[in-house]
Amino acid sequence: MRMIELYPIGQRIVLGDLLFTPEDIVRFASQFDPQPFHMDAEKARDTMFGGLCASGWHTCAGWMKMMVAFHKAEARRFAAEGIAPPRMGPSPGFNDLKWLKPVFAGDTVTYSQTPLTSRASQSRPGLIINTGLAEGVNQKGEPVLRFESSVIEYA
Amino acid sequence: MEDFVLSFEDFTVGRRFPLGPMAMPREAVIAFAEEFDAQPMHLDEEAGKASLLGGLAASGWHTNAAVMRMMFESYIGHSTSQGSPGIDHLAWKRPVMAGDTLSGHSIVQESRPLKSRPGLGIVRFRNEIENQSGELVCLSEFSVIFRMRDESRGAA
Repeated sequence: MRMIELYPIGQRIVLGDLLFTPEDIVRFASQFDPQPFHMDAEKARDTMFGGLCASGWHTCAGWMKMMVAFHKAEARRFAAEGIAPPRMGPSPGFNDLKWLKPVFAGDTVTYSQTPLTSRASQSRPGLIINTGLAEGVNQKGEPVLRFESSVIEYA
Repeated sequence: MEDFVLSFEDFTVGRRFPLGPMAMPREAVIAFAEEFDAQPMHLDEEAGKASLLGGLAASGWHTNAAVMRMMFESYIGHSTSQGSPGIDHLAWKRPVMAGDTLSGHSIVQESRPLKSRPGLGIVRFRNEIENQSGELVCLSEFSVIFRMRDESRGAA
């Protein structure tokens, strides 16, 4: 089945929750984004953020992690229910990504995905481009991350 | 050290900051994918070959994180950066294959003081990232907030 048949446009899909421990935040930051506010709670106090918070790229990677977990569970459901799974490919990129609030150490982010559009690729026959609204909300209900994702599907 | 600190005023339109080179070894590609993007084409050579990517390829989010590290080494790490509000757009133009080496540039597009936050300014950059063959792999436009020079000296 096609993505658009399985996941209707405008219908929000909750992907799952991810806890950002101080250890995870520092481990990601040490490798990829060792700015003081992602590395050290003391130093973070003197910055705009006011506390140890995750690299924005860590919060994005968290969305991908939840997305993959969701689709793995869906693949099991399709197999059990005899549904032909959608044939998904890579992503060409994203637009309008906003880190709306810091994700602080100890925060839990609930990630979701809402399908927005589905259209045939102009340049690559046989491919469909699906876009969606990717969102992350913290445990207080505050939006922390939002972007327009896109992914290729084989027709 | 103070002389090396880049403040808002230093990010003049047209200024180019070289990025990389940074290797994307197979082990790092798989380790990132295992934690964040456990899809077969990021974990396994054969599965990668069978996909549109044509071989074991890095997660796009791994590429972005690696570019962040290159930006840190080039200028963010010795600047008054206060983080980024977001990315206008980012395009993965071509897969980054395990074993590739990335390099590129951050180019200042625009810069203006933040009216709402005295002492801070926002700078818009364009990133052009290529592989070891000179092929474009990733393009993006994004903003970073920096403290102004006087502000940063006052805080030091």
